[in-house]
Amino acid sequence: MTAEAVLDLSHPPSKPFRETLARLLGHRSFVIGGFLVLIVLIIALTADLIAPFDPLRNAARVRLRAPDSVYWFGTDHFGRDILSRVIHGARISLIIGGATVLMTGLFGTLIGAVAGFFRPLDNPIMRLMDALMAFPAILLALTVAAVLGASVVNVIIALSIATAPHTARIVRASVLVIRELEFVEAARALGASEARILLRHVLVNALGPLIVRLTYVFAIAILAEAALSFIGVGPPPPAPSFGNIIANGRDFMVVAPWITIFPGLAIIVTVLGLNLLGDGLRDVLDPRMKV
Amino acid sequence: MPAPLLRVDGLEVALASTGATIIEEVSLSLEPGETLGVVGESGSGKSVLALTVMGLLPRALARTRGNIQLGGDELTTLSPDAWRDRRGRDMAMIFQEPMTALNPVMRVGHQVEEVLMNRRGMSAGDARRRATALFERVEIPEPARRLAAFPHELSGGMRQRVMITIALAAEPRLLIADEPTTALDVTIQAQILDLLRDLQKERGLALLLITHDLGVIAEITDRVLVLYAGRVAEVAPARLIFDAPAHPYTRALLASRPALTGPRDRLVSIEGAVPSVGAMPPGCRFAPRCSFAIGPCMTAPPALIACAERHAAACVRVGELG
Repeated sequence: MTAEAVLDLSHPPSKPFRETLARLLGHRSFVIGGFLVLIVLIIALTADLIAPFDPLRNAARVRLRAPDSVYWFGTDHFGRDILSRVIHGARISLIIGGATVLMTGLFGTLIGAVAGFFRPLDNPIMRLMDALMAFPAILLALTVAAVLGASVVNVIIALSIATAPHTARIVRASVLVIRELEFVEAARALGASEARILLRHVLVNALGPLIVRLTYVFAIAILAEAALSFIGVGPPPPAPSFGNIIANGRDFMVVAPWITIFPGLAIIVTVLGLNLLGDGLRDVLDPRMKV
Repeated sequence: MPAPLLRVDGLEVALASTGATIIEEVSLSLEPGETLGVVGESGSGKSVLALTVMGLLPRALARTRGNIQLGGDELTTLSPDAWRDRRGRDMAMIFQEPMTALNPVMRVGHQVEEVLMNRRGMSAGDARRRATALFERVEIPEPARRLAAFPHELSGGMRQRVMITIALAAEPRLLIADEPTTALDVTIQAQILDLLRDLQKERGLALLLITHDLGVIAEITDRVLVLYAGRVAEVAPARLIFDAPAHPYTRALLASRPALTGPRDRLVSIEGAVPSVGAMPPGCRFAPRCSFAIGPCMTAPPALIACAERHAAACVRVGELG
């Protein structure tokens, strides 16, 4: 063979997954964000084991107790332990965030892919998405949640409807670029069906921006859950979520600020972690950043 | 003479919006085992011709007239799905830029195996073995290891070998190569052309080779079709194109090649530019640039006139200029 082939041999086939992982682990904000999210995740998963009290237990004798050695985060006006409620609240908040990511990921991707790939559908679909995006997301979610009624599932539906249009737009933008690339034409020249081309060749290449977007959706969903709870259309009490613990403490801000401060901190840590994670993913997955 | 595998008859392709024609009255035939070169400058309709045969015309273009037969079957009356089913199986295409014609996030072996499994119904294990054998055949060193490579890890020549493998995986009878060597180094070009020629002889492939490189034509084609502004200017056995070009355009093309010997003068070029789509001259499309043009050249497009066996040119002065 030729010099070309010989030179080629110095290049061992790569493991792209491992390489990407290695790059991510070398990225500071990804590591910090990942660490924070991991802690929140572990707390949520082991809530039953690590929470010192039953988060729903009322105890009239210890109402509005300031943080001390027994009630680290204090208690609320029913005497419920705030630490236990924040720990269990992490579970519901993460479930809402995660489910919203799944729903938005599924429907946003589907809508965006169809709009970007099948030209005649592009305008009708995206104009509808534009109309949805014209409403502030929180207002849209509030309306949907108010109409459907307050429940965890309805909050997830409301947040998914609010976040899917933007996700669809991102996917559509990627699909529009990728569908014009030559390998798509090459796949067509080999007789691949349109559905196959979209799924196997186009969408796979559009995953990077989608993953980044979905980490932000996770953070947005957790924040929005808190906002909806605060207004009173979030997950119904007494089950704790970050949002409704804060909503409960609203009336006691002056005499018992710990009720709102600690779940607020929990939201900050979770959302900060997710955003740092998303920044790290964006830096590493964005093709323009690659060498 | 064996029956032609591919037969294109009076093909016309036009812009869907304005109806301006991109190619007009293009006819050609291609036998199994034969290589037909299609030459022409940018905008002459070479690639459009290839895409039309594949049934892959972009939405903005439409075939308005003419027939395309593959192995005796008319393709133009097929449903889009039936035509799609022919692609890959009966006819395949390789592209100019092997970097962008491969899916960047799929291992190259997988891309070959996908064709084998989908178009030939092979099991995953069979496809893997067949892909390894094919890589070996196209002289990719260490084929088993190369299967796991991503396109960006391979050199241009290797990528084009992968493209050829993918195109030939489902064993098509017709291979269309659109400028397969344009993006490659000259030494690699020669290797790829050799490989294409060997594979063609081995499998009795009909090869439609689109190029603007006369060197490539001389290297591997049996016959040549010269396109100018969407019309056939001349069709001839490859040897005759160089030895006895009949159409003034072909002559001018040959005259503009740099000479390897002799004094280094300015390169000869053809005066003027290719007329633009929608603003074609009414007569011979080359007439405004032709130094032999006479009255009749300006009024009606000339028909192809035979000037020797299997040799024809679309020029009213074929006989006298000879």
